[in-house]
Formats: sequence, C-alpha cells, structure tokens
Amino acid sequence: MTSLWSRLEPLLARVRKPARYIGCEDGAIVPQHGHGKVAWLLAYPDVYEVGLPNQGLQILYEILNERPDAVAERTYAPWVDLEALMRERGIPLFSVDSHRAAEDFDILAFNLSSELVFTNLLNMVDLAGVPVRAELRSPTDPLVMIGGHAAFNPEPMADFIDVAVLGEGEEVIGEITEVVREWKASGRTEGSRLAVLKALAQIPGVYVPSLYGVEYDGDHIREIKPLYAGIPERVMKRTVSDLGDWDYPRRPLAPLTEVVHDRLAVEVFRGCTRGCRFCQAGMITRPVRERPAEQVRSMIVDGLQRTGYNEVSLTSLSTADFSGIESVITSIVPDPTACGAPTVSLPSLRVDAFTVGLAAKVAGGRRSGLTFAPEAGTWRLRTVINKLITEEDLYGAVESAFASGWSRAKLYFLTGLPTETDIDTQGIIDLAAGCVAVGKRHTGRANVTVSIGGFVPKSHTPFQWFGQNSVPELRRKIGLVRDAATKTKGVNVKWHDPSASLAEGLASRGDRRIGAVIERVWRDGGVFQEWSEYFKLDRWLDAMAAEGLSPDFYITRHRDEKEILPWHHLSAGLHQDFLWQDWRASLNEFGLEDCRWTPCYDCGVCTGDGLEHIVASPIPPAGGSQGTGQDLSRGGITPVTLRTKSSVGAT
Amino acid sequence: MKIRVSYSKLGKIRFTGHRDVAHMWERTLRKAGIAVAMSVGFTPRPKMAFGLALPTGAESLIELIDITLDPVSGATVDDLDSIAQRLSTSLPVGMSVTGIRECAGTEVSLQEGVVATTWVMLVAEPENGPDIATAIERVNSSAEVLLARERKGEKHLDDIRPGILELRLADAELMSSLPADWIGESVGHAIVATLTTSGRGIRPTELVEVLVPESDPPINPWDHLNRVLRINQWIERDGERVDVLTGRAAHTSVSA
Ligand code: SF4
Repeated sequence: MTSLWSRLEPLLARVRKPARYIGCEDGAIVPQHGHGKVAWLLAYPDVYEVGLPNQGLQILYEILNERPDAVAERTYAPWVDLEALMRERGIPLFSVDSHRAAEDFDILAFNLSSELVFTNLLNMVDLAGVPVRAELRSPTDPLVMIGGHAAFNPEPMADFIDVAVLGEGEEVIGEITEVVREWKASGRTEGSRLAVLKALAQIPGVYVPSLYGVEYDGDHIREIKPLYAGIPERVMKRTVSDLGDWDYPRRPLAPLTEVVHDRLAVEVFRGCTRGCRFCQAGMITRPVRERPAEQVRSMIVDGLQRTGYNEVSLTSLSTADFSGIESVITSIVPDPTACGAPTVSLPSLRVDAFTVGLAAKVAGGRRSGLTFAPEAGTWRLRTVINKLITEEDLYGAVESAFASGWSRAKLYFLTGLPTETDIDTQGIIDLAAGCVAVGKRHTGRANVTVSIGGFVPKSHTPFQWFGQNSVPELRRKIGLVRDAATKTKGVNVKWHDPSASLAEGLASRGDRRIGAVIERVWRDGGVFQEWSEYFKLDRWLDAMAAEGLSPDFYITRHRDEKEILPWHHLSAGLHQDFLWQDWRASLNEFGLEDCRWTPCYDCGVCTGDGLEHIVASPIPPAGGSQGTGQDLSRGGITPVTLRTKSSVGAT
Repeated sequence: MKIRVSYSKLGKIRFTGHRDVAHMWERTLRKAGIAVAMSVGFTPRPKMAFGLALPTGAESLIELIDITLDPVSGATVDDLDSIAQRLSTSLPVGMSVTGIRECAGTEVSLQEGVVATTWVMLVAEPENGPDIATAIERVNSSAEVLLARERKGEKHLDDIRPGILELRLADAELMSSLPADWIGESVGHAIVATLTTSGRGIRPTELVEVLVPESDPPINPWDHLNRVLRINQWIERDGERVDVLTGRAAHTSVSA
C-alpha cells in the first residue's frame, strides 16, 4: 500500500491542469487506513472539475471517514493526456487523497449522474487493473459498486458491476461496510465473493445483478428472477426519512483549482412532487424532505467560514418551493457576520413573480440573466408533461424580471416530447417573442435566449413507455426553432447537437444486452461521451450493428403496458399502476397538482416506505399557479393517441 | 494600510496555476477574517496585486502579493505579526507566509519593479552530450545564446544570453539553506540561475532547453527539469539589485 505519488509527480508538469490530481483541498481528510478497516474509493467517472463539487460524493466521503471501521478516498477520471502517460508507464488509477492504487481499496464506488459516463466507468475499472467484467474478478479484487441517479436502471452495466445501490446512500453505506468488513476478516477465500454478494443483497436498496437471471422471448424480456433462494425478488430504493439528521457535508471541499460549481452548496430539500413527467430526478427522489431552516442557516454560516467562499448555492430540485426560503435569504444576505454578506445563488427557479422577487433580493448589482424552464411551447403540451405553467405565469415572471432591472432572460425547452407537433415547436418561438415584447416595455435591450435540448425518456417515470424521437427528427425540430428565431427580433437559440441523445436513450432504458455495446464503444476509444468533442455517433451505431441490436427497438419504439421493462425488479417506490395511469393521463392532457398541498395520489413512495413529506409550511408557495389552485378542467376531454410506428408491430 | 507579503509555495500545490493562487488568496483572506479594501465599480474586487506569475509546476520560497487593508479595520504595523500568523493558518497546505511589511503607496508595483528572479533547478544529466557543468561553462563563456521561441505563431531566434545574469552549480551552503524536505526523492544537478524578467523574460524551462543538447523530436524540458524553486526576487535600487522584500543587496556575484 504505497503511494504512487513519486511516479506520478514527474508526469504532472506535462499534462493539462495538473491540479486535478493533487488533492489537498480545504476539507480533505488525511486518510487513516488500518487493519480491519473497509477502504472505499469513491469515484466520479468524469473529470475533476465536474466531479469535485458533487455533493453526494462529498457527503459519503465524510460519513465513511467518521466511521471507525471505514476509510474513504476519492478519485476522478484522469483526462486523456494523463491517462496515456499512465498506461505507457503502467501506473494504475489512483486516489487523489493519498495517491494510493485503486486496487488497494476494498470497494470502488462510482457515482453515476448520467448514462453518458458509463464508458468512463469501464475505462477507470480497467485503469485500476481490475477485470472489466465482474465474472472474471477474483476474491481479492475490489467490489465495483454504482449509485446515483443513473444507477436506477443498472441493467446495461450488469456485466461490469458487482453491486448497484438504489437511492440515498447515507445509511446504506454503513450497512455495506459491515458486511464487507466481515468478509475481509474471513480472509476472502476462494469462492467467497459469491457469499459476500449474497450477503450484500440482503441489505435493502442493494442490488446484485449477477444474482438475477433475465430470460428473453425474442427481443422482449420474459422474466427477471433471482437465481438463488433468499434473494429478494424486488429491490426497493433507500430514502433517509429526515434530512435534518444528516447535516452533511460538514467540512465541504473547497478545491485549489477552478471547478464547475465553485461555491458553497447547501442542500435545502430533497425530492419534488411537482410531478413533471419527464423528470427522473423528481420521480425517484420523492417524497419531499426539507431541511430545517435553522440548520440551513448554520450550514451556510459555518460552510462559508470554513471555505472562505463568499457565494452559496441553495440546492434542490426547485429551491423557491423551500418553505424557509425567505427567512433564510433575509437572514443571510444582509448579514456581514455571515462571512461578509455572501452572494446567494438559486438554481432551478420556478416560473413566477414571487421567485423573481427572491432572485432580485439575492442578485445585488449583478443582473446578468434570469433562467426559466417552461419546457414546452404550448399549454397543451405543458399539460402533457405536467409542467403546469400558464402563459400568464411566464409573462408575469418575465415582466417582473425586466421591471427589476434584468435585460436578458433564458428559457429552457425540451423537444421530442410525447404528442409534440410542429404547433408546439412553433409555440417555443411564440413564447420567446412574447417575452421579448414584455421586456421591450422596460428596456430596449431586452432579449431572450431559448435553450433547447432533446428529450430522453428515463426509467421510473411516466414517460418510460414513450418512444424517443429519432436523432433526425430532433434535428428537424431544433431546425424549425432556429429558422423561426432568425425571423424573430431579440430571440437567440442555443442548442446541442442531439446525436448524443441516442447513446443516452440506449443506456437509459437498455437491458443487459446493451452491456456489449457499451464495452465495444469503450474499447473503440469512446470515453468522455459527455464531451461533444469526444462523442461520435457512428461508434454507437457500429457497436449496435455489430451486436445485432436494433436502435429502434431500444430507443424510438413505444412500449406497452404488458411489456416487462428491464428495471421491472427495481423500484423507486412508485407503483407501476401510478406511473401507467399518469402516462395515460398525460396522453389525455390531464395535469396533476403537487401532492404537497393537495390530497395524495398514492404514487407509492410515502405509503410504501412509511414516509411522509416534511414541509414546514402547510400552504402552497405564494405567487404563480404552477399547478396549485390551477384550473385543470381543460384537460382530459379529447384523448390523444400516439402515432403508432410500424416497428411496434414488427417486433 | 497596504502590506507586502511574501509566501512560499512548496510541494503538491506547485501544480496549481497563477489564477488558482489568486482565488486561494481571496478565500484565505476571508477565512482569516482580514478585511481587504474593495475596488469601486460594478463588481467590486478585493484590492490585491500579485507579483510575477510562477509557472505551474515551479515552487518558490518567495512569492509576493500586495494587499490594501480596509481602512475601517484600523490595522497598524503592530498588527503585522498577527496578520501573518492568521494568513499562514488559513493558507492551503504547502503555502505559508515568509515575510510581511508595510508597503508605501509610492513604491513601484511588483509587476513593474521586479527585474530578475533567482532559481535553484534540479536538472537531470542529459543522456548524450556534455554534462551539465560543461554546458553551464559553455553558456557563461558565450557572447550569444540562441533560443528558438514562438511569437504570434512565428518562430524567432532570440539571443537570451543578456538575460542570464547568473548561472552556476549550486554550492553546498546554498543547498543546506533550502527547506529540508524540498528535494524529496528527486535527483539531478542543482544549479543556480538568476534570470531577467523584463521584456519577455526567461523561463527556467527555456534555460533547460539551452543546457540540454538539441534533439529530434524537440525535448520536453520537464523531462530534464526535476524540480525548480524560486529563491529570490530582485528589484533595482540606485543601480543595485536588492531583495524585493528586505531591500538587502544581492550577495552573489554576477557573471554577466
Ligand atoms: S405517496 Fe402521495 S403524498 Fe407521497 S409523493 Fe406519492 S402522491 Fe405524493
């Protein structure tokens, strides 16, 4: 267990941004390895600047290091320049804390926030000197584990991982540590790997793919079932019941070099019940659990003091919904003892005037641009996706933004949504033009940027049955928006080429057979697939063809109710019935209000887990409708059907 | 009050860049609770002025920063020791304050004032060609030393000899005055070089390029430069080179 530092050191002056590899952050621990301790290497399969700010990883890092029987270090994907030098010299993947070889750890735990990093995981496991395929690993190899949002359909990664953890990690990592500690103590004898995997599978939230068999009926899945007695048929996600019990990170990491979110982050709540049907994060993190406002305040003050940051981001899926938002902001912003009146940033703004008021309160002199996410161009389509923002909401929000001194608004849209027609696509530009018109009443400089992304349906959402738009179709729609924008004054369009949405769609809803495709893409050099300069669509199409798999079957085909989906045996707590009904409601253009303030729809997560929402305020937030108190009677009249594709019949 | 602070940058942290260091200082000052005067304007920034950038990968015993303290804080020269102490505690591992003094408003800025810096470099012996001692001798006895450098995308041959103010093998006395853990496991010949910083200046890596014989493909200077440590920064006063912080004259003789 020696440090690789002396071998790495001479390489670092020759690579780009060598500070990625040195550790030494404020808040980093000096790892105390020791006999009998379970050593975790927490890995983020993207470059350091992207991975360092990840809160999930920071939280687990701290909780594990507080345990007497565990030690945790961190690692990130080395950039291609260092990787080449490492491979040339036989230097394995290392931790940034003490520059230990990955192989010296008991658990290699990857945080997966997107499907496009799957190939990077393979690359890092390989760089670690560990066999990429789980079945080839020996008792002394580390256990390869995944968690995070993209682990909710781990099936495409089934061949490469030993364990997937569903849901929140705070509690389950302790239970895993105990099982692995005993396995270590028993000497990890030949054949003991299966035994430890079986023991891990007993922990709620822990899924061991190799203990399950998948049977196919042609292209379709016939059955997914445990291969051994005593292995649960269905794995449920883990959820901590009270966020107030977990005031982590207590020692936030402040890096020595620039990272993507270079500020303190304090999580104000988890979960979201607005019920946007496209949003996997909202669906899989239910129910809502707020952090007590007083704890939020002390985490901000303490975190700023420790790190020296003067900016804090209050994170959640919709921060303006936090009951304590006003009290926290009013107590922090003007308070010079709270580290010199810090800047507060509010990601994920709601579309209403109240939210703009908050933004104005925290913005100080900086009024660069405000971002709203109506997501779809017409009210009809917004009832389909359950993003219940009326035009009046949006114009009201934009009005107050321009009235408070902003001159630029950014609007986020998805394209490729269920039932979307060109009327909806045109609606995007109409909305943007309407916002410009509102803005012109306040400033001649008023302009609006439309940012448009291709929609990729995800598992555990009502849209899991929807056939994704093809890449050419997404391109066509983005083209329509761009053409319309050129004829519209004050509207700019930003977009990403949608070709990566094919790979993302494949990995998001794929089954175990997709593993071979991912491996081919990786072997062909396809790493850093989130980085457009490294993404090549042909690599994925060629790999599909080589494996004899059809992109239509996996990506663009609508699924029906009877189909067994690859994640059938995995549960985010949501009843399958609820999801299916919500999908039908969606096609009927029927909106559902937020269940924080209306009766429960029995989606399953609260009842199934003995949980409830923890919200300090019993009344919906002020201002804006967003589905609360909204007239939703317009929906549900004319049932809409999806265009059936020829391919559905062909399978 | 304006203060001039010198600090060291040693070990792993040498792989951070100049911009990174600027950010570290902003966070450090806030952590240490030292109120810094802010610039006026749309986005007020703390009034700090940095000295010459240290190349990423190089270490230093003497990096410099001028900081204007917030007059409201009422800090005086009596507070300098405690300020230095608080800064050292708040700086990241590998950086600590090595000197502090009041800086008169009339003093020339670090960027303009510093004319030369002295380096200790650990250079690996080239595999073919003359040894380092011979290479040093050759440079010192030449009237002209040409180096190919790029300017605006074009190759230029520059004579860097006038900018090499001192070049010799390091003596034992100097080496023993350096921090004990500095060299670590690195090996190589220790040389001392004082290089001009005015105009384009000369980087330690460029000196390595002239010491190590040409090869094809061109060498990566970092293959030969195991460690490099800045040990002095000089300003000119009354025609003499003096230490930027202490005002003491250079002891070492100049071969140019
Ligand atoms: S169980 Fe009911 S209250 Fe809980 S998240 Fe689901 S719909 Fe909302």
